Amino acid sequence: MTFNDPFWLILVKVLAIFVLLVLMTLFTIWAERRIVSRMQHRIGPNRTGPQGLLQSLMDGIKLALKEDITPTGAHKAVFILAPIISTGPAFLTFAVIPFGPEVSIFGHKTPLQLTDFPVSVLYVLAVASVGIYGIVLAGWSSNSTYSLLGGLRSSAQMISYEIAMGLSFVAVFLYAGSMSTSQIIEKQTGMWFILLLLPSFAIYAISMVGETNRAPFDLPEAEGELVGGFHTEYSSLKFALFFLAEYVNMVTVSAMATTLFLGGWRAPWPLSTWEGANTGWVPFVWWLCKVFVFLFVFIWLRGTLPRMRYDQFMKFGWKVLIPSSIVWLLIVATARALRNNTSMDTRGLLVSAAVILLVIVGISAVVERQRIATTERAAAAKLEREQHARQLYPVPASAADVASEAPQAQVVAVEAGEERNA
Amino acid sequence: MTAVFWICALLSVAGAFGMVFSRKAVHSALWLALTMVNLAVLYVSQQAEFLGIVQVVVYTGAVMMLFLFVLMIVGVDSSDSLVETIRGHRGASIAAVSALLVLVVTMVSQGMQTMAINRDPVGLARANSDEGGNVQGIAKLLFGRYVFAFEVTSALLITAVLGAMVLAHRDRIRALPGQEELSRQRLMNPATAAGLPAPGVYARHNAVDTPALLPDGSVAENSLPGALQLRGVAHDVREEVAVTRAAELAADPTQAQEDES
Repeated sequence: MTFNDPFWLILVKVLAIFVLLVLMTLFTIWAERRIVSRMQHRIGPNRTGPQGLLQSLMDGIKLALKEDITPTGAHKAVFILAPIISTGPAFLTFAVIPFGPEVSIFGHKTPLQLTDFPVSVLYVLAVASVGIYGIVLAGWSSNSTYSLLGGLRSSAQMISYEIAMGLSFVAVFLYAGSMSTSQIIEKQTGMWFILLLLPSFAIYAISMVGETNRAPFDLPEAEGELVGGFHTEYSSLKFALFFLAEYVNMVTVSAMATTLFLGGWRAPWPLSTWEGANTGWVPFVWWLCKVFVFLFVFIWLRGTLPRMRYDQFMKFGWKVLIPSSIVWLLIVATARALRNNTSMDTRGLLVSAAVILLVIVGISAVVERQRIATTERAAAAKLEREQHARQLYPVPASAADVASEAPQAQVVAVEAGEERNA
Repeated sequence: MTAVFWICALLSVAGAFGMVFSRKAVHSALWLALTMVNLAVLYVSQQAEFLGIVQVVVYTGAVMMLFLFVLMIVGVDSSDSLVETIRGHRGASIAAVSALLVLVVTMVSQGMQTMAINRDPVGLARANSDEGGNVQGIAKLLFGRYVFAFEVTSALLITAVLGAMVLAHRDRIRALPGQEELSRQRLMNPATAAGLPAPGVYARHNAVDTPALLPDGSVAENSLPGALQLRGVAHDVREEVAVTRAAELAADPTQAQEDES
């Protein structure tokens, strides 16, 4: 399903996508610093350029001019290859993202999209899975424990959350009847899939944060445990490439969310009544707005939530996200089959099923909280009883008690020691 | 299309050779990944988009990644030994490879003969137009004619997964201490309430393998990670401390008396 563009037009599109992504990265870094500052009652970078807009450009130049260190003991070829593998796929994904409907560029009618083919959403998944290689190899080739652990953690995380992400796509495929990005957008003319497939969107929104290694799921870069994670040993331009890849990936998953659930470049409801809202160059503005909303949420999350613990995070992915998306998928497939075979309207069924599913998840979360709270209360009561018992029957101070965990006994021991010293 | 074929074909053959001739297991895995990605591109360029993408997702993305996981634990510096460990395996592999070679040559020559009779392979175009695309065609076959084989395969895989879990599972002897329990344990003991002492910082060393010194000049053993002590790679600062101390004493003899008291 190529668009029969002349060669020069393909080149123009490629260049435009590359420039757009680099600009988006620079802008997102600036926006992140400014917005997080605002959330923390600070001002943030405001010196370089108007409102500090050129700050990330300057930082980039500075980063590129720094000394490039290759640690001794690193595996040199793979060490150089890793950031390239990480960055390349990040850019490649954007080849299938539609930015707008058909426009005319220098007299040529062509859609605002580099290419499209029948399985282009799967292509995004495939390319993302190649990108993980960059992280794994970076961790391995640095020959450093922190890097290796960070790399393994990061790839385990991305692989696990890719499953949940892929499952959330399936519902969209079932309803769009296609895996091509442009046709999925076409199918959302009447109603965006976020309304019809709300649980899928929720699962995708969570897993996309895990997939990009962003807060609160930024465990691979948990400073307190792993220094910088897989890029601990990287500096200068190679580090900049990892940085670039992370932000491009953020833009990519946001664009995918826009494409699959928010109608892509289609105008939101009150605006869509205007005739010209979905033709020409205007829809690019809607697309950009939607992507910025997602990017803002990324930043907002980072400013709000603390980092999760690794085992909690994995448990959440495997025991909550994947099973619930499979259950949801079952419902969607049933509804779809009913609609195909009996031609009954299943929208009401779907929406009510979504509500029921959300209620079940909510109730189980509350129950779990209650359970934890009860066990905590029981433990606290037990501790109190034990302390009370110790006060009633004081244990004679001995060396063994100092190492034990009874506070009263330790106080006694410390006092006894002071008396001896005196 | 021809250009794509030549580039990808050469790269995938190069990857295959690299995989066989690499000494390090990780290098072999990387070469194999290169081969697989190139095969995927070849599939896509021959209108089998779905197959190509699945090749990348399943083989390059999942299988090779798991493989790499295992290999990475081995570390950067290790490489395979070339000593023959199984007796006669060289001869056996030569026999197997030549058998495979005969098979491939026969198949290709058969294919060439068929091609010579009927130059246009009609299969792909017709399959795509009949079902409306790759995905629909494969879906119709998998969930239609071959649905039984498909279900049996999935049952087999699930059994294998369960078997692996049963084999790899072991019960904990005691419950894993949680975050709360650990922090309570730490705070209840005055010796560790404020955390263990940090490693030493001196003019020449400030890495984790350098112990801190206690006020009396002796080495604080618990300022070092246990693993470093066990491996015996911790930095020995006692000699340097002794030298510094001697110099200090020479400069100020009154300190010696203070130390005594």
